[in-house]
Amino acid sequence: MNELQPLIIVTMTELTEKNIRDAFPKAVVQSSEADGALILKLNATMLLPVCELLRSNPELGFDYLADITAIDWKDRIELVYRITALARNEKIVLRVDLDRANPTIDSVSSVWKGAIFQEREVYDLMGVVFTGHPDLRRILLPEDWEGYPLRKDYVIPD
Amino acid sequence: MSSRIRTEIVEMNMGPQHPSTHGVLRLAVRLDGEVIVEAKPDVGYLHRGIEKLAELRSYVQFIPITDRIDYLASMLQNAAYVGAVEKLGGIEVPERAEYIRLIMMELQRIASHLVFFGAMALDLGATTPFLYAFREREDILDLFEMVCGARLTYNYFRPGGVSRDLPAGFYAKAKSYIAKQREKLPEYDDLFTCNQIFIARTRGVGVISAEDAINWSLSGPSLRGSGVAYDVRKVDPYCVYDKLDWQVVTKNGGDVQSRFLVRVEEIRQSLNMVEQALDMVPEGELKCKTPLRLKLPEGEVYHHIESARGDVGVYLVSDGAEKPYRMHWRSPSFVNLGAIDSVARGWKVADLVAILGSLDVVLGEVDR
Repeated sequence: MNELQPLIIVTMTELTEKNIRDAFPKAVVQSSEADGALILKLNATMLLPVCELLRSNPELGFDYLADITAIDWKDRIELVYRITALARNEKIVLRVDLDRANPTIDSVSSVWKGAIFQEREVYDLMGVVFTGHPDLRRILLPEDWEGYPLRKDYVIPD
Repeated sequence: MSSRIRTEIVEMNMGPQHPSTHGVLRLAVRLDGEVIVEAKPDVGYLHRGIEKLAELRSYVQFIPITDRIDYLASMLQNAAYVGAVEKLGGIEVPERAEYIRLIMMELQRIASHLVFFGAMALDLGATTPFLYAFREREDILDLFEMVCGARLTYNYFRPGGVSRDLPAGFYAKAKSYIAKQREKLPEYDDLFTCNQIFIARTRGVGVISAEDAINWSLSGPSLRGSGVAYDVRKVDPYCVYDKLDWQVVTKNGGDVQSRFLVRVEEIRQSLNMVEQALDMVPEGELKCKTPLRLKLPEGEVYHHIESARGDVGVYLVSDGAEKPYRMHWRSPSFVNLGAIDSVARGWKVADLVAILGSLDVVLGEVDR
């Protein structure tokens, strides 16, 4: 009993990250933490498989897609997904960089239906194309609108 | 005989000028007789491009625009935005201001739920409850007018506090409003909540299971009506909600009636919260000193609050300038409305009015 046991402290976010890295060793480009949430930068091609894992793995249980948005960094477009595991209020932020000239990514609407409207909004205002989306159309702007207003080089019409 | 009668799917537009669509919403409905085959929402009529507007204005200049996002709950929109600015800027809020904010936010929630109550009744053909609800809401608007001079678009929150102190007489007037509202709530129940026609039109109608509600990213009373106890005030406490005694309201039915009852019960909870907070407001500063031309450090923040309609999230990205590099507004009305097609299918067209009403969307917040 007197022997010293190695003390391993494993936090919730560390466990989550380990689960993802074990399943997809090459998916995570970078990881950090802010506001108690794990932030993972992912390879764009790995977003959908990681999301499927996040929701379907009972140990992870990320069942609630809180928000999807995008930022135009002028040299790339970055998507930001906020997902919560409601049962233990754990949050994760997934970030993906897309080529600004041809921003295309797999839709996660097959994982969370809440993505259907939110992806349409990102498509409408930022011009990101979500492949596999069931109904990808403009949503806030008229169908014949030209350009994507939240892009930094968008010229506001008179 | 019946096989000789030719039937076909009929396409029908509900809105954008229909009174029960709560503003300018168009539902493109496909009907098989009376039964809904599809109900696709067409939104954007009120789109003002607030995310782009935010990039073109200083942090303080944007506050009045938040009033116009969900115009039935402007105080709460103020709170979401200012909260994000404070979080990114590391701005402290004096305790007196926190309690005043809480009083305003909860009074606003009551005012918004009263509009819901009246509008729901009106949608289902009952006119009187609407007049009852607006009579009491008027008292709340009077209180807001006393505090900040405006009845709908308050522009009351500031980074680091609030713009004005509670005026003389506010305490007494607020207390007498609470007493009056408590006296009137049983009247609402007698007239409408326990009305057989209302129950027949809402119980078991438009059922959303807890699993579906979560999968559709619903939030607010529309999620709690499916039995999911998710309330940002409890799970990610902000302001001084953790210092008050209150409960998250849930109902397990998942139907129109459950979503309705959650909001009615939340009026009672909010009255208790305002009553407690009124007696807890400490003396002290109203606002910490922040420059009008506020610059926030480089970085980003996501701040969310429980608004009257659900989870309002504000995402701010700063490059260190006086204006945000990017601002995103997570709108609960928009996300909740996304579920309507799937919820309405299989119900009768008359139920669609009840289902839409029970999701309580505000088109200003949907379209932003």
